[in-house]
Amino acid sequence: MTSFRRMLHYLRPYWILIALAVSFLFLATVVELLIPLQIERIIDDGIATGDMGIVGIVTLEMIGLVLLSMLFSIANVILSVRVSEHSAADIRDATYRRIQQFSFGNLNELRTGELLVRLTSDVNKIKLVVMMSLIMALRTPLMLVGSLIMLVLISPTLALLLLVLLPLMTGIIWWFTVKSGPMYEAVQRRLDRLNTVMQENLAGVQVVKAFVRADYENERYDRANTQLMNKSIQVNQLVVLLLPTMVLILNLGIAAIIWFGGLQAINGQMTSGEIVAFVNYLLMTMITVMMLGRILPMISAAEASAGRILEVVDSKVKVQDKPQARPIDPEQVNGRIAFENVTFDYDSDQNEHEVVLKNIDFVARPGETVAILGATGSGKSTLVNLIPRFYDVSEGRVTIDGVDVREVTKESLRALVGVCLQETLLFSGTIRDNIAFGDYDASQDDIVTAAQLAAADDFITSKHDSYDTVVGKRGAGLSGGQRQRVAIARALARRPKILILDDSTSSVDVATEVRIQKALDDKLEDVTSFIVAQRISTVLTADNIIVLDKGRIAAIGNHRELMTSSPIYQEIYESQLGDGPLNGNGRPQDGI
Amino acid sequence: MGFRASDAARAATAGDSHQALRRLLAYLRLYKSQLGLVFILIIISTILLVIGPLLMGIAIDQYIEGHDVTGLARISLAMVVVYLGSWLTWVLYGRMMAAIAQKAMNTMRRDLFAHMQTLSLSYFDRQPAGDLMSRLTNDMDAISDLLSQNFTQFISGLATLISVLVMMLILNVWLTLATLLTLPVMLMLVGVIGVRSRSAFRKLQRNLGALNGLMEETLSGQRVVVAYGLQEKAVSDFSAANELARDAGVRAQTLTGFIRPLMMVLTNLSMVVVAGVGGYMAIAGIAGVTVGLIAAFISYSRHFTRPINQMSNLYFTIVAALAGAERVFEIIDEVPVIEDIPDAERLSDAEGHVSFEHVDFCYTPGVPVLKDISFEAQPGQRIALVGPTGAGKTTLVNVLSRFYEIESGTICIDGYEIREVQQDSLRRQLGIVLQEMFLFADTVMENIRYGRLDASDEEVKAAAKLANAEQFICRLPQGYQTELAERGSNLSQGQRQLLTIARAVLADPRILILDEATSSVDTRTEAEIQEALLRLMAGRTSFVIAHRLSTIREADELLIIDKGRIVERGDHEELLALKGFYHNLYMSQFRGQMVANFESEKNVSRL
Repeated sequence: MTSFRRMLHYLRPYWILIALAVSFLFLATVVELLIPLQIERIIDDGIATGDMGIVGIVTLEMIGLVLLSMLFSIANVILSVRVSEHSAADIRDATYRRIQQFSFGNLNELRTGELLVRLTSDVNKIKLVVMMSLIMALRTPLMLVGSLIMLVLISPTLALLLLVLLPLMTGIIWWFTVKSGPMYEAVQRRLDRLNTVMQENLAGVQVVKAFVRADYENERYDRANTQLMNKSIQVNQLVVLLLPTMVLILNLGIAAIIWFGGLQAINGQMTSGEIVAFVNYLLMTMITVMMLGRILPMISAAEASAGRILEVVDSKVKVQDKPQARPIDPEQVNGRIAFENVTFDYDSDQNEHEVVLKNIDFVARPGETVAILGATGSGKSTLVNLIPRFYDVSEGRVTIDGVDVREVTKESLRALVGVCLQETLLFSGTIRDNIAFGDYDASQDDIVTAAQLAAADDFITSKHDSYDTVVGKRGAGLSGGQRQRVAIARALARRPKILILDDSTSSVDVATEVRIQKALDDKLEDVTSFIVAQRISTVLTADNIIVLDKGRIAAIGNHRELMTSSPIYQEIYESQLGDGPLNGNGRPQDGI
Repeated sequence: MGFRASDAARAATAGDSHQALRRLLAYLRLYKSQLGLVFILIIISTILLVIGPLLMGIAIDQYIEGHDVTGLARISLAMVVVYLGSWLTWVLYGRMMAAIAQKAMNTMRRDLFAHMQTLSLSYFDRQPAGDLMSRLTNDMDAISDLLSQNFTQFISGLATLISVLVMMLILNVWLTLATLLTLPVMLMLVGVIGVRSRSAFRKLQRNLGALNGLMEETLSGQRVVVAYGLQEKAVSDFSAANELARDAGVRAQTLTGFIRPLMMVLTNLSMVVVAGVGGYMAIAGIAGVTVGLIAAFISYSRHFTRPINQMSNLYFTIVAALAGAERVFEIIDEVPVIEDIPDAERLSDAEGHVSFEHVDFCYTPGVPVLKDISFEAQPGQRIALVGPTGAGKTTLVNVLSRFYEIESGTICIDGYEIREVQQDSLRRQLGIVLQEMFLFADTVMENIRYGRLDASDEEVKAAAKLANAEQFICRLPQGYQTELAERGSNLSQGQRQLLTIARAVLADPRILILDEATSSVDTRTEAEIQEALLRLMAGRTSFVIAHRLSTIREADELLIIDKGRIVERGDHEELLALKGFYHNLYMSQFRGQMVANFESEKNVSRL
């Protein structure tokens, strides 16, 4: 319960409200506890003696008590809901704030879906327990103790019956919980398996159709489906026993009271009113125990949720400003970027050495264009992600104009850099909003200029609403190439000193790509650019081409130099652009 | 405790769920006789449960007041028997219903899945996978709860209510009226709260929807937020939405929270009224009211309000589940766009002659993607499809596989029109190798065997060998028995492609459709893939969406596609000589740039 207990920390600001809520709950409970006693008075003092006055007075008293308990309960509900909703919102807020401090390293570990589940359903489970506790659960001790006292007061001998009933009930609830727990887990596992089959089928729908495997898939699904059914029937048939059995025990208890109490009444040791009251209190006790049996599993579910939330809250933020970090002045930046013997592995703090970049050493002079080429997984994206400190280097350093990027504030550093990530992420809103995303002061001219540079202006203005065209989530409504061009415009709109395009033109056709590159070459002379590419045609005009192979620089130089010096580069060139005459293997250059 | 926010909001938007209910019940029809028995057992169990307090009243009045020990013993025993009987019937119908519900769910899931297998690709394009998954999991769970628990609870609640009422009326009409005195007031209050809370829940759901949408979008674009240093704005946007949702939550939950105390008061007040009025009547000797009767009525008033409370909670859950059922039935109702014609022929052992005649196609009406496509491929020919992105190359392949239905024109294989043959038999003639083909979370062996299910292990291995995949497979920890992670993410891209090729080799189709990789994998794997593809294409009619010059040069015919039309055709040399579209494309894509580069480099002196 440690995680859940830590969550209670978020309740602290509301302690006054909580104290009030609990007080009202106690008052309501006490009042409720008095009612069976009053009924007994009506029967024994009123009816038995034929005293109409007592019946009337006690009835009025009871009506007063009932209305009072309602007022207390309503006050309790108002306060409890307030506490639970507010503390849940606080937990969400705190978790979300922590996520906002995350760097890419953290985001790799916790996926969007997982984060969302924690912020929504996990927080809700905790909220539910807080609310249930304040409205119902906290009164169970009082209810139990109170009705036990009443039972003993009415008849100490009959109360001995509880020595049998209470352990029996708790024992049965415990047995069911222990027995059904693993079964529920088994059901959950089978459900997961079923959903995996379903999910794979959906994700691979084209393969299923291409290979005509509907029958096979149906069989696969049927197997998982039947396994789920068998286990579900098993657990449900067990669990379905719990409630009837509890009710049975309760009712057998009542029968026992009638028998034993009846015997005592016949002997004159007890009155009929007392028997009725005793039955009523017994009902109260048992219903309370049954309610506890329902709430306990919710608490253990909340504990698991609390653990998941704390995992987010406790995540160590991987890239943080140093205490003495100072902002970097954009006016003073020339844009000379140096990698000095940089090594990087994702899990440097977990002793799990999977080196992603090793001994990277190069300099990009102000205004240069550096292209990075290499196979998937060779470390291209990681390399450029080190410049704006999306990750921190494990060894060596990255400098801008000689200053280590770890010595300046993240905010000022990132303000210098225009980044276009590998995955094109646009937001819902207008195209204008998306391009101005990095720069709220951007004027219409700035936006149009950025779009023109990114060769996006044409398609945007051809749309009915031009720059005010609304795109859906993740840029829905635009083609892949259009999304990429808007993302490039977004990076350019903030007039960066350093531009990073991480495979940002993969869906753009080659002619447009050439246009974009030409525009960037001409218009952004003082911007140092890094272009990660898959296609060799993308890198041909770069000042410097870095060929990465398994995290190391395999070759560096411009196209002409590499064609003569680097066999790897030649191979890549060969495989993509063929064995044409330009390599000088025979045919004349006939203007092709 | 109350009902959950989402339930109520779904209830509010559920609309007409009668049809969904009817169709759900249709799934239970198979178990008609068992359900009849369940129904009878519910009634018996409830009546027995309700007889209990009656016996208690008799015990007090006749035997305790009358000092009759044997009578007391007899009636106590009767109570035990009645309660045991109620338990037994309850347990019986509970267990039966659990089995019936799960079996019905099983059938429904199977129907749903099997139906999805018949739907065409266009449906899956249109329907976001996340939404489908949510229907198949969350909605199915809600239906499962409905069938296994909520239905029986609702019926037993109703049965309790009716039998308690009947019992009370039999015992004493006046006391019954006294018990029910507070009911209208309470029901009215609950009704008022219900109406108000419904609008509160609607607002809550709107605010929650906005909050979730904001979270989902910001978090999935979190890297951009980080890259642009906009975390503070993200937090302030979130906090605003979070507060709105919180305040709506306070209002909605408070309103529904009132229902419980009100119900409690209803219980207690009826008890008080029974005690008061009953006491008065007992003393005055009206209508034969006795202490035992009062005790029985007090018991009944507890029994009476509990089902009301329970059923009002259940109502929302049931309506929510029915809304879920509606969404599930929507899938089942989806008519497959592409169905075999009644007397479709089977296509078998095709030679591989393919022809397109004046084929038009569009994904969305009015936006043509393919226009007047005509060509012919002889058996064994290799056709390269060349053109800029978005020209329609992939679409051409999709209509050939009949993943989508063409608008007009005809596509024939060996002279058979593809619309007139069985889809299964058509696709068995086709082998498709895409850049990123889906791999299942299963062993390497089974993933290859997906190409032909009855292939022996030896055949699978032979296919892997031919596809150049054997080498890397043998290096895997468990060789062919290595389990792949979801989507094969524990293999490199090149390795995944080799497996895909092995699959196609095993399937041994007459016609091949290949999408060459554009992204670079390491050069050795690259060479292996190329070699494997060449082996695969040998002797089969192949369509290659080409990105490599070598592939293009070796093709028997190039179809140059631009904006959905075939603009040029011929072999590489012929097309270059034409100096038309292909020449331009070739210049910009493969050659021209380099020439430009070399020329401009002379003028640039940056280095």
